[in-house]
Amino acid sequence: MSTSTPLGKLRTNGLLWPIVALVALLVVNVIARPSFASITLRDGHLYGSLIDILRNGAPTLLVALGMTLVIATRGIDLSVGATAAIVGAITTTYIVAAPDPASARAAFIGMAIALVACALLGVWNGFLVSVLGIQPIIATLVLMVAGRGIAMLITDGQIITVNNEAFSVVGAGFVLLPVSILISIAVFIGLVIITRRTALGMLIESVGINPEASRLAGIRSRTIVWMVYVFAALCAGVAGLMITSNVNSVNPNSVGLWIELDAILAVVIGGTSLAGGRFSLAGTLLGALVIQTLTTTVYNLGIEPQAILVFKAAVVLAVCLMQAPKFRARFVRRPKPPTPAIRPTAPAPVPSKVGQ
Amino acid sequence: MMSANVTTPTPATTSDPVAPVRKPATKGSLVPPRLLPVLATFVLFVLMFGTGAARYENFGTAQTVANLLIDNSFLIVLAVGMTFVILTGGIDLSVGSVVALSTMVAAWGLQAGLPAPLIVLLVLATGTVFGLLQGLIIQRFDIQPFIVTLAGMFLARGLAFLISAESISIKDETFRGMSGGAVTLPGDIVITYGVVIALTVLAIAAYVLHRTRFGRTVYAVGGNEHSAMLMGLNTARVKVGVYTISGFCASLAGLLFSFYMLSGNALHAVGMELDAIAAVVIGGTLLAGGAGYVVGSLLGVLVLGTIQTLINFDGTLSSWWTKIFIGALLLAFIVLQRAALRRRQ
Repeated sequence: MSTSTPLGKLRTNGLLWPIVALVALLVVNVIARPSFASITLRDGHLYGSLIDILRNGAPTLLVALGMTLVIATRGIDLSVGATAAIVGAITTTYIVAAPDPASARAAFIGMAIALVACALLGVWNGFLVSVLGIQPIIATLVLMVAGRGIAMLITDGQIITVNNEAFSVVGAGFVLLPVSILISIAVFIGLVIITRRTALGMLIESVGINPEASRLAGIRSRTIVWMVYVFAALCAGVAGLMITSNVNSVNPNSVGLWIELDAILAVVIGGTSLAGGRFSLAGTLLGALVIQTLTTTVYNLGIEPQAILVFKAAVVLAVCLMQAPKFRARFVRRPKPPTPAIRPTAPAPVPSKVGQ
Repeated sequence: MMSANVTTPTPATTSDPVAPVRKPATKGSLVPPRLLPVLATFVLFVLMFGTGAARYENFGTAQTVANLLIDNSFLIVLAVGMTFVILTGGIDLSVGSVVALSTMVAAWGLQAGLPAPLIVLLVLATGTVFGLLQGLIIQRFDIQPFIVTLAGMFLARGLAFLISAESISIKDETFRGMSGGAVTLPGDIVITYGVVIALTVLAIAAYVLHRTRFGRTVYAVGGNEHSAMLMGLNTARVKVGVYTISGFCASLAGLLFSFYMLSGNALHAVGMELDAIAAVVIGGTLLAGGAGYVVGSLLGVLVLGTIQTLINFDGTLSSWWTKIFIGALLLAFIVLQRAALRRRQ
C-alpha cells in the first residue's frame, strides 16, 4: 500500500473522505457567501462563521470523543443527552439556590457536584454493561428514558435561568478562541496522548475486537469497559455545562436532545467502525466538524433548517455503505482490496493504527 | 424456546419413555419457562391495575381497560412490528419518525383533496417501502440495523418536515368518522375502530409467527442466524421481511395516530420508538432475539398505559414520573431477562 505519500496515508487512515467532505462544505459556503471565511479580531476575541462552527460544535465533539471510546469497546451510549440535561439541571439548580448566586464559588461548587453526579451515572451504565453483561444499547436506553425525567425532577419541571459570570465562561467565554472549543481540543489532545502513547488505546481496541480473548490474554476488559462509560458520561456532563452555560439557562426537555445521535454520527463519519475495535480520534474530530459545518451550511444557504435531518440521513447512509465490506466488494473497485486474506503480512488490524 | 428443544428429543432417544420425560416437566413450575416472562408481565399488569382500582374510584371498570386500548392502539401496532424485528435480534429506531411521516402524508394528501381510501393506500405503501429499503440495506450490505434505522429515523422525520413544518389539521369526513366512530361491546364498553384494527393486527401477527414457515424462520434467525442459514432456511428473506413488516406497522400506526389526533405534524410521536421498544422488552421478548410473544408486547403496552393512567388519576404526581417509572420498569425487566439467561446457561 502506498502509505509513503501523504494522500496514501490519509487513505489508509480513513481520514480522506471526512476531509474531502469538510473541504467541500466549506467551499460551498464560501461560494454562497464570500464573507464566510473572514475572521476578525475584536477586543482580543476572534469572530467569524468559522469560529462559530468551532464554538457550536464543541459540545458535540466532546460527547463524540467519549462515544468513540465506548464504540471502540463494541458498545454504545444512548444516555449522553440525558446525562447532559441532568448535569445542566443540577448545576443551575445549585447556583440559583446558593446564598450568593452570582459568585464564582457557587458556580464551581455547582459544577463539581454535577460532575460527580455525572460520573456516578457513568458508573451505573458501566455496571450494567460490564458486570451484569447487558447489551449496551439497552443498558443505556434505561438512563436515556429515565434521565430526562430525573432532570425535570431536579428542576421541578421548570426552565431555570442563571446569572453567573464564572459559569458563563464555560460555554460563552473567550480566550482568543471560545473557551468551549479550547476545552474540547484539550480533551482531544489529552486523549490522543493517553491512548496512543501508552498501551491503553490498544487495550481498548483489543477489548472491542474480542472481549473474551483479551480477558484470557490478561487484560482487565471489565475495568476498561467500565472506565470508558464513566469517561463518556463525564464528557457528556461537560458538554451539558457548555450548552447550559452558553444560554445561561436549562430546559431539561431540550438540553442535549439528539446529541447522542450527532455524536454517533460524528464517530461513524470519522471512520470508527460500530462493530468495535479500531477507533480514530482524529476522525471523530473531523466528523464532529463535518456535522456542525453541515448544520451551518444549511442555515447559511437559507434552506429550511429541518432539512438538516435529511442531509444527516444521507451522510450516515453514504458513510456506512462506504465502510461496509459487502458494499465495497460490489461497487468500489480497488487495485488491492485490503482484506486480511490478501495481506498475509498484516494478520490483525490493530497494529496499523498504533503509531498514529 | 431452548427448553422446548431440550425436552422434545428425550423421548425419541431413550428406551424407557416414562421416567425421563416427566422429569423436566415436573422439576420446574406449572407453566413452561418460556411463558414465564409473559406471565410476569401479566401479573404486573393485574397488580398495577388492582392498585389503581383499590385507590381510585371509577378506575376498576372494564371501560378503563378499553380506554387503555383506545389511547394506545397505535402503540400496540408499533410494538407488534417491533416484536418481529427484535425477535430476529435486530432493532428499528425509525418507527416513531415513520409515524410522524405517515400523519403528515395523510394530512397533506387530504388537504390536496385526494380521496381517503387512496390516502390510506399511499401511506401504507410509503411505510412498507421505507421498511423494505431499510431491510434490504441491512441484509444486502450487512450493516448494523441500529445505524441504518437511525438514518431512517432522520430521513423520515426530515421528509415529514419538508412536506410542511406546520401542523396540518385533518377535516376529511372518513378520517373524522374513524376517529369519532365507536363499537359498543356487550356491557356498554365502547372501543374505537382503531382498537379493532390494532387487535386484528395482533391476531394476524400471532398467526404468522406461530403457524407459518416465515414465523418459524423469524425465531430461528433470532436463535442463531448462522445455524438457521445452514439448515437451509431463507434467512435473507426473513431479515428483509421483518423490517418491511415493521415499516408497514409503523405506517398503519401512523394512520391510527392521525385518526386519534386528527392532524399531521412532523413533531408527532417523537421518541415513540423508545416506548415501543420498552413495551416489547417489558412484554418479555429477549433483546438478543429468538424468544418472545406478540401477546407479551400487548401486555407491555398495557403496563405502560396503566402507568400513565395511574399518574393521571393521582393528580399530585408530575408527568415526569412517567419517564422515571418506565425507565425503572425497563431496568427491572432487563435485569430479570439477564438473570434468566444466565441460569439457563
